[in-house]
Amino acid sequence: MAGIAVSTTINGDQAEFLCHPDETLLEVLRERLGLMGVKEGCGTGDCGACSIILDDRLVCSCLVLGAEAEGRRIATVEGMAQGDKLHPLQQKFLEHAALQCGICTPGFLIAAKDLLAKNPDPTEEEIRFGLAGNLCRCTGYDKIVRAVQDAASVMRGA
Amino acid sequence: MLDRSKIVGSPVSRIDGPLKVTGAAKYAAEHFEPGMLFGHVALATIAAGRILAIDTRAAERLQGVVKIYTHENRPKAAYRDSKWKDAVALPGHPFRPLENDRVLFDGQPVAFVVAETPEAARDAAGLIHVHYAAETPNTHIVAEQHNSYEPPVARMKQFLPPPPRGDAEAAFAAAPHKVSADYVLPGEHHNPMELFAATVRFEDEGRLTIQDKTQGSQNSRDYVCGVFGLDPDKVIVKNDFVGGAFGQALRPKHHLFLAVMASLDLSRSMKVEMTRREMFYLSWRPSCVQTVSLAADDEGYLQAVLHHAVHTTSRHEDYQENVANWSGLAYKCDNVKISYELVKLDLATPGDMRAPGAASGVAALETAMDELACEVGIDPLELRVRNFVHRDQNQDKAITSKALHACYREGAERFGWVARSPTPRSMRDGNDLVGWGMAGGIWEAMMSKGEAKVRLSADGHVTVSAAASDIGTGTYTILGQLAAEVFDCPIDAVTVDIGRSNLPKTGVEGGSWTAATTGSAVQAAAKAVVKTLLGHAQSMENSPLAEASEEQVEISEGRLVLEANHQVGTAIADIMAAAGLDAVEEQAKVGPDILSMRRYAAYSHSAVFVEVKIDEELGVVRVTRVVSAVAAGRILNAKTARSQILGGVVMGIGMALHEEGLIDHRTGRIMNHNLAEYHVPAHADIHDIDVIFVEEQDQRASPIGVKGLGEIGIVGVAAAVSNAIFHATGKRIRNLPITIDKILESEAVQ
Repeated sequence: MAGIAVSTTINGDQAEFLCHPDETLLEVLRERLGLMGVKEGCGTGDCGACSIILDDRLVCSCLVLGAEAEGRRIATVEGMAQGDKLHPLQQKFLEHAALQCGICTPGFLIAAKDLLAKNPDPTEEEIRFGLAGNLCRCTGYDKIVRAVQDAASVMRGA
Repeated sequence: MLDRSKIVGSPVSRIDGPLKVTGAAKYAAEHFEPGMLFGHVALATIAAGRILAIDTRAAERLQGVVKIYTHENRPKAAYRDSKWKDAVALPGHPFRPLENDRVLFDGQPVAFVVAETPEAARDAAGLIHVHYAAETPNTHIVAEQHNSYEPPVARMKQFLPPPPRGDAEAAFAAAPHKVSADYVLPGEHHNPMELFAATVRFEDEGRLTIQDKTQGSQNSRDYVCGVFGLDPDKVIVKNDFVGGAFGQALRPKHHLFLAVMASLDLSRSMKVEMTRREMFYLSWRPSCVQTVSLAADDEGYLQAVLHHAVHTTSRHEDYQENVANWSGLAYKCDNVKISYELVKLDLATPGDMRAPGAASGVAALETAMDELACEVGIDPLELRVRNFVHRDQNQDKAITSKALHACYREGAERFGWVARSPTPRSMRDGNDLVGWGMAGGIWEAMMSKGEAKVRLSADGHVTVSAAASDIGTGTYTILGQLAAEVFDCPIDAVTVDIGRSNLPKTGVEGGSWTAATTGSAVQAAAKAVVKTLLGHAQSMENSPLAEASEEQVEISEGRLVLEANHQVGTAIADIMAAAGLDAVEEQAKVGPDILSMRRYAAYSHSAVFVEVKIDEELGVVRVTRVVSAVAAGRILNAKTARSQILGGVVMGIGMALHEEGLIDHRTGRIMNHNLAEYHVPAHADIHDIDVIFVEEQDQRASPIGVKGLGEIGIVGVAAAVSNAIFHATGKRIRNLPITIDKILESEAVQ
């Protein structure tokens, strides 16, 4: 089967890949490009673990075909830290113990990054609804809200 | 020396956290091997019957397909059941993938495709056509409960009902106040966020290195070696990071068998990752039907407790969990009768899911206690306080510790329970009915056998190793803390090496026993290192510690010193230099104290308070506040401990309101095998949750004083939510989950 050549920008870097027409962007990111921070929790768009930001939109990468990424910008969890310096959301997730097993965590971080880009000072309810598309089975959610609130306040101050 | 608690007990952030927030932590499906092949499973679409034929021709023609396995061409594996029994196997016959033409449950693997890419394997699996002779399945526990039986072989002795005490039937008949009702709970599915997966690296000379999603690397290794007759020295199983499990990854699953089978058959590395749907056909919390009858005198003192529980098992194994025995020990009562039976259905074998047994049994008991409080006319919290017992009446043993009164007191105070108006439907917030309910929780504090190794280097670096697992619970962090405490070093100076089968022997991570077991082993090994150091110090000329015993010394700021006078001592680096060593390493083994266990039983306890708000026209329930007060001995890490309880509470809210495996009983098939239709609580479902750890000292439950936290958080939550819904609406709904339709259709009691 012939591959489709796709040219994208991933976490600020130019990236080109070949993929089959039936491959999801999730499969491309994980299996071809080794970006294992993009997690797979269902493959059907229900859990949010594979969340990425495509251009300026939060999407489940399991619901996007690899070929659709042509000419677009992709942001994954791997692009959040600057060298050794964690993004404020990553730092606050650690401090607030907003993660346990870690599978949902990258998706939550990306969804929260997208939320704060659009709404830098969300209320608790806005956070809960903004992140309702990301499922977590371990943490009980509460600490994630606190971490996002805390990170939002750091990011507004910065 | 170990109570200085500079590190243990403090809210240290999890040491595996940075790898997890950056996406660098690698899970079972995230390892690559050169030339690796991919597997995908085709699942049965009937629940009972036989396979007549499997047509794989179309699938074989697909580009990239390497081989398709069915029961007709599966390579041989062990013949005897004993080889298939893993460390937590059940009475009965373990499931053998692709063994023969029998279909025992919906979703059973019937074919396995190996291909060059995951897409080709998946697509080919979809092209396999299976012809069945289907039989009529029985999957409805309520309809089949008359066929229940007492398990002929007990999984564990303590799961058997205790002998009856007193005369429960007569006491029930004679008592002035009584309630008796049936409680029906559906099957639940663990749904950890990580998909089950195994990556097998095929190496020279028959060596395999396997990344598996498991709660016990050594359990997976032993299973694989037993089934395929491999040399345990040539197989390593790793589970450095486990993306949640909640009990589902205790027993080896078919993905592991199939991945290793194909790897051996084709001499290639292999990866098999399950689909979310496939995970609904693995172990699950069994559906159950329970009858609880309680009787009390005019003051609310219990006169009789009768609890009969029946839950589902499969055709081929007798899954068992302790559902009903809690009713004989939670409260003081001299007339108790408990019975427990199974019913075989055409479903996959159930398995342990967070607080197995207790989550279901205590849900029924604690709802019945609420009903009894209404019947007697006293406050439900007061009813529980009056029936407090500081003895395990089931086993006639003392209890190591039970700070449950403190849970009641501190939980009620934080919640504001005193302001509760007793009458149902009497509290409102605007249009919403408000309900306040509470329940108690209980779980056995267990410790198992375990080993650990601790190495202290001359430069002060510490390495802790054991074949333990961290399934998101915080094992890495607490083991690091325990070692850092003994060596008085920062936690960054400790490397925790777990998640590998060739490390010191450790059982599966489950039952909330890892902290008590591996934690105690780490502490014992670290103490052994200190003792060895002391020996070396005393061999030095003019040692200031020449007369000291091991109880009199400790490590402080890089020196081995007298506990009573830190001025007296020797630098660790100097001790090792004098002995010509660059490190001291010791291994320790711990286990339950058998003598103590003859006299004492150990449990963790909780009191859960819940507020719900309900728009009665819509039937929508919001759990607006939860206070969970927990007595679980010593708390090693306030952050990871609180996390465990919060997660348990939210899973309990799911049990009360959302979670239900829906089966089409005409076909015996699961209908909602995905996260869109099997509802788990999402962010917007959750509001305030407050966790209190009450002070509890317990040196008998485990050497390090902990009782474990993985299970207790969920126990009692479903009942507390249900009781709050009754208080809000006057509607008693005894079949979970309490969904909108049930609230709208029920009648309020007067």
